[in-house]
Amino acid sequence: MRKIPKVLLVSFSLLLFSITALAQNVITGKVTDSKDGSPATGVTITVKGTRTATQTTADGSFKINAPATAVLVFTSVSFVTREVATAGKTAIDVSLVQSNQQLNEVVVVAYGTRRRGDLTGSVTSVSAKDFQKGNINSSEQLLIGKVPGLEVTTGGGSAGGGSKIRIRSGSSLNASNDPLIVIDGVPVESNGIAGSANYLNTINPNDIESISILKDASATALYGSRASNGVIIITTKKGSKGKVKYNFNTQTSLAKTSDQVDVLSADQIRSIITADAAATGNNTYKNLLGTANTNWQDEIYRSALGNDNNISASGAVGNIPFRASLGYLNQNGVLKTNNFGRVSTSLNLSPKFLDDHLAVNVAFKYAHTNNRFANEGAIGSAVSFDPTQPVRNTTGKYGGYYEWLQTDGKPIDLATRNPLALLQLRNNTSDVNRMIGNIQVDYKMHFLPDLHLLLNLGIDNADGKGNDNTDSTSATNYKTAGRFSYYSQKKKNTLADVSLFYTKDLKEIKSKIDILLGHSYQDFVTEVTNYAAYGQNGVLIAGTTPTFVTDKPEYRLESYIGRVNYTLNNKYLLTASLRRDASSKFSKDNRIGYFPAAALAWKLKDEFFKSSNLVSDLKLRLSLGVTGQQDGIDYYSYLPRYSQSNSTAQYQFGNSYYGFLRPGAYDANLKWETTTTTNLGLDFGFNNNRISGSIDLYQKKTKDLLSVVPVAPGSNFDITLLTNVGNMENKGVEFAINTIPVATKNLTWNFGFNVTYNQSKITNLLKQPDPNFKGIDVSNVGGGLTNTIGKYIVGYSPFVFNVYKQVYDKTTGAPIENLFEDLNRDGQITTDDRYLYKKPAADILFGINTQVSYKKWNFGLASHGAIGNYLYNGFNSNNGVLRALKNPINFIQNGSPDYMNTKFSGTTTNEYLSDYYIQNASYLKLDNINIGYNFGKVIHNKASLRLTASIQNVFTITKYSGLDPENASSSGVDYTIYPRPRIYSVGANLDF
Amino acid sequence: MKNKMINKILLAGVIVLTVTSCAKKLDLFPQNDLTPEKAYANATGYKSVLAKIYGTLAITGNSGPAGAPDISGGLDEGSQVAFIRMLFNCEELPTDEAVVAWNDQTIKDFHNLKWTADDPFLKGIYARCIYDVTLINEYLREAADAKLAERNISGTDADDIKKSRAEARFLRAFNYWVMLDLFGKSTFITEADAVGTALPGEKSRADLFTYIESELKGIESSLAAAKTAEYGRVDQGAAWALLARLYLNAGVYTGTTRYTDAITYANKVIGGGYSLYADYRKVFMADNDKAKNEFMFAINCDGLRTQAYGNTTFFVHCASGDDHDEYGVSGGWYGYRTTKGLADLFPDLSGNTDKRAMFTTTKYGTGAAQMALTDISNFDQGLHVNKYKNIRSDGGPISDVQRNFADVDFPVFRLSEMYLIYAEAVLRGGTGGDAATALTYINLIRARAGATPFVAGDLSPTATGLQNILNERGRELYWEGHRRTDLIRYGQLTTGTYLWQWKGGVSSGTAVDTKYNIFPIPSTNRTSNPNLTQNAGY
Repeated sequence: MRKIPKVLLVSFSLLLFSITALAQNVITGKVTDSKDGSPATGVTITVKGTRTATQTTADGSFKINAPATAVLVFTSVSFVTREVATAGKTAIDVSLVQSNQQLNEVVVVAYGTRRRGDLTGSVTSVSAKDFQKGNINSSEQLLIGKVPGLEVTTGGGSAGGGSKIRIRSGSSLNASNDPLIVIDGVPVESNGIAGSANYLNTINPNDIESISILKDASATALYGSRASNGVIIITTKKGSKGKVKYNFNTQTSLAKTSDQVDVLSADQIRSIITADAAATGNNTYKNLLGTANTNWQDEIYRSALGNDNNISASGAVGNIPFRASLGYLNQNGVLKTNNFGRVSTSLNLSPKFLDDHLAVNVAFKYAHTNNRFANEGAIGSAVSFDPTQPVRNTTGKYGGYYEWLQTDGKPIDLATRNPLALLQLRNNTSDVNRMIGNIQVDYKMHFLPDLHLLLNLGIDNADGKGNDNTDSTSATNYKTAGRFSYYSQKKKNTLADVSLFYTKDLKEIKSKIDILLGHSYQDFVTEVTNYAAYGQNGVLIAGTTPTFVTDKPEYRLESYIGRVNYTLNNKYLLTASLRRDASSKFSKDNRIGYFPAAALAWKLKDEFFKSSNLVSDLKLRLSLGVTGQQDGIDYYSYLPRYSQSNSTAQYQFGNSYYGFLRPGAYDANLKWETTTTTNLGLDFGFNNNRISGSIDLYQKKTKDLLSVVPVAPGSNFDITLLTNVGNMENKGVEFAINTIPVATKNLTWNFGFNVTYNQSKITNLLKQPDPNFKGIDVSNVGGGLTNTIGKYIVGYSPFVFNVYKQVYDKTTGAPIENLFEDLNRDGQITTDDRYLYKKPAADILFGINTQVSYKKWNFGLASHGAIGNYLYNGFNSNNGVLRALKNPINFIQNGSPDYMNTKFSGTTTNEYLSDYYIQNASYLKLDNINIGYNFGKVIHNKASLRLTASIQNVFTITKYSGLDPENASSSGVDYTIYPRPRIYSVGANLDF
Repeated sequence: MKNKMINKILLAGVIVLTVTSCAKKLDLFPQNDLTPEKAYANATGYKSVLAKIYGTLAITGNSGPAGAPDISGGLDEGSQVAFIRMLFNCEELPTDEAVVAWNDQTIKDFHNLKWTADDPFLKGIYARCIYDVTLINEYLREAADAKLAERNISGTDADDIKKSRAEARFLRAFNYWVMLDLFGKSTFITEADAVGTALPGEKSRADLFTYIESELKGIESSLAAAKTAEYGRVDQGAAWALLARLYLNAGVYTGTTRYTDAITYANKVIGGGYSLYADYRKVFMADNDKAKNEFMFAINCDGLRTQAYGNTTFFVHCASGDDHDEYGVSGGWYGYRTTKGLADLFPDLSGNTDKRAMFTTTKYGTGAAQMALTDISNFDQGLHVNKYKNIRSDGGPISDVQRNFADVDFPVFRLSEMYLIYAEAVLRGGTGGDAATALTYINLIRARAGATPFVAGDLSPTATGLQNILNERGRELYWEGHRRTDLIRYGQLTTGTYLWQWKGGVSSGTAVDTKYNIFPIPSTNRTSNPNLTQNAGY
């Protein structure tokens, strides 16, 4: 009999052992998770007082020999230990309560794993059982509301669409604020690929075992120059030794829009236009009115079906543990024509050789996604197209769709287009293939088993291609008989890591050390092929011939890493790390950077509460580190370069045309921005971790921001330049608590809550401080070209709104058009009267999750929300005015009912910049209600079955008057978004 | 044995990886962009940069009509950093010749004569001119004799490049003249100021005047003889024309009038072999290269190969509405019209007594109701200007089959202006010319327009005579970017002497502060460059 190290048990969660012992009775049974009735695998069952033990298999079943009157002890790192008397029974089914934040749980961290109890940095790991439930197409959405400090905002409701992901808010202004994403040890391309709305949707969420979110510098600093915005490590499921087990799950969903943008009715439009005609004596618009009552939003949306099927097999073939999976997803979007499909497959092999000295791990993932992108312009068009007009015309022209026409019968160039025609007459499809594969060879030295050599070779290859075809009958491209275009792009990301791990337990000095030294090399290549566009008649569209048929941007990163973990007396933990990065994005003199970090943790539990039953965990963490950021900028920004113009940018000398060579602005001294993060954290657990959680205080100070800032005209080849200037600060508190208020044999109740408070502030924007500097204008809004509503300005959060202070009618309370407070009292309203008011970023983000299990039933709720976030209601400002209804170019549009309150004419620029349109967009969303029933064994005990049902996007509580207060735009300018649908799903899960 | 082999393999792997990842691998270059060495490796490269220098006046970036702007900074590529469009907004919109209905940021401030130092449009034109100068300086550095020798460029190639240096210097002087005229001073850089190093300095109006004058005189002998350069490139004619214009306004620019010099250079142009094109109305059409004998310098536009939203494409779209077919475009932008002030310069608006009255289209007439600008934001009000047309006089097809972009070339200097300069300078007391010749010249212009000739009394050296010249300039040169300069020279831009609709933001017109005779230095420029000083009153 062998004793199994716990670490190993968890690493390979489906490890199977059968142990024979001297016994009187053979007891069989099944162990399940009280939370949802799913099989509890890897649970050790010991006959109390003996050395007889076994483990549950992948389906949770076990078999053990035990005396008729014995006590079985069920232990596992994931569950609270439970003792059950055999009492003569031969069949014992046991339900175990999950132990939250179990300290022995192994967490995936940068370049390795660590026991949760030994973590010194701020790391949150979410495993599959805690993911968001329901119909989820993309991996990042598994995390919505689950992790303090992590904000995942979907861009809208499109099928396969992407999300904005922020860890502890953004620390950059012009560089990327996206976290680094690492999939099975391979840091992946951040820019996505042509043809894919969301690069992460190429990973099947069903293949994911856990996701670690690394937040503070001590956790992320090993990723050096890419780590300032945090790191998300996705780990996929692996196989384990034992009989091959299969899992099949299927889910069918129906999505419907839950709400529509409020617009004026056809009758309201008719009465407004008619009244206006009477008042002005001008019948131009009245004559344009139609007699229909069209709800354009009804026309463009539909109920959308989705289907997600996954089958996986896991076990061992011969001596090789494996897991293989196949997934098929087909998801319609609620916007007509929108579709997302995915066929995904994954294979994990984890054989060991040489008496377990050589462990090999092969992870291979491949997905083919196909998209049909709907023309989302139809969404804006549907809320502004004249409801008095019919959907179809009588002439059959322009595809038979009603359009605004000129007197000569041709479409008005700048008029709103028929929303349904925008959808139906455009076919925009893409195919994306992505293959992520890596092989990790871990060799434990024969002569020195404490020393491991790990070789990690990875590739992430993708190709995307697509057709974007607009029909020749479409009013949009009538001049060129439609528009047919094609694009293709390839991405190649290659990784080679070599690292040495040395672990030593120095018992005589009560110390443990753990050292990592490594070298990493990564290469990112994009291959772009450009094509001309043609009319449907095959005629080349002038000006679309590409200047270059191909392009091949490339960037490389070469790094050395080192880390030491030192544990003294199992109470004091120290982590120190250093990464040296060299990046091709910067010049020889600037490309090397060092990113150090250090962290200390003190296990107060073991210091002060060693024997306490009440305090099950208490640990204080302190960390400090430096990270960098270089994503989101051009690959060659530091080089002086001349670029060639395209065929429509030439100049005529004599009878010939000459293309241009243009020098670009550049900063030869460009380097990465650096962020210094301090983090103070406390992990706690009480009452056998029935109550557990953590609290973290952090401060992130970014300097040398990669900012595009104004430079003196004449000093470079532009008036703004990407350079390292500026400072920014993020401060915040994160708190998470997980509790198990009830844990009885039949009833378990889990409740989790997390909350984040964050404040971002720009602290400097200039190389030479200037008290008169009014900041950088950002956030374009309507009402004309380049009107801006936001600022980057020192002392404030990025994108703080810069507005006029609206004056209201004292009696009616209605805003008075173009009347603002003269804040500087100079007798006139100028830009100097604008003031800084509110900001788009939330002060507080929170998530609430709860699960109740009762016998074979389980029930869960998940919600999240934000407080203190404001939005600019662009639909009201642009469409809540008479000028929008009576478009000056002689057509009628629909508008916002806000017009009924304001009666604004819409002829003054300043009104678009009024604080009247800044609205509180704090919200609470119930993301998910789910219910499940565990049938247990079915089909002659050969399989176990669970059925689930869920509703997503159940309700939103908000004061915001627009459609949805949750907005993925950083600038806080809200027009119309692809509505997030309410989704009803049912699913079945079969283990056999 | 087996173990040792694996050890060896792993060790070999480590070595290979470490060696292959040597630092040189981090020196990467873009596939399609060129390093300066490659860009200037041969004469073709030089010509492409020269094309860019000229091209910045016609288009706004490296991708027509938009998409790869020369100038960023949150400015709108189509409207705010386009040379011709911004020249128009600065020179025409504050005057009686143009008014705008749009809501684009501060665009209405131009006609209202109430702009501020925060104005994004002003930031745009400032940036455009100085950008062009920066580009020219870079070219002059790279086109230096030593560099040509270094790159083994010799023979006719080298000669052409050397000649182009004078053209580049002309264009630099021209950009500085725009700065001089609009802002009264300028960020000042020459080829001696390398990119990305020190903060540029500033030159005052008088110093800038002297610099422009000396540059133009300095290049005179290096430029090709008048009327000999290939179409689209400048020769001596352009330098003379700019000098004539500079001297005519010297009183405004420096406080010292230079009318005699104005006459000298106007005479040089007039004697240079130029001639008026037969039909005024065809001078602004899609094939107006036919009128090149009248142009000292035109900015070439082509609907297919030189696309921008801010070159003459702007003229044909911004002025048109539902009548866009009469402008030769597939759609109108319904924005810019003219005021009754311009209309009143014409004896009648039909075009019968003066062909230059091009205000009537099928949809919009010239009636009093049309001219009444009761609501400045109403797209249907105001007199339409149908001067520029994307239609060929020979009836042939234009370049852009979609009829979005214009082929019309923008004449920067026309012979008519030289005649008018000559006449005005004579009237204002300059020597080297005479009243009789002045009358002849003016009547050449009027004759072409089909207008009755002036008599000698019309050009008497009195206020009336001068006003007649100003009015003639209005009729002949409207919407060509002269009006603001002219009204300032005549003291009529900000004062109450002459009021037009919505001058100063009041429907009947009102006088404004004299500070509006000059534009403010954009405040962000002063933040990024403390060497710049603000104009009085801002």
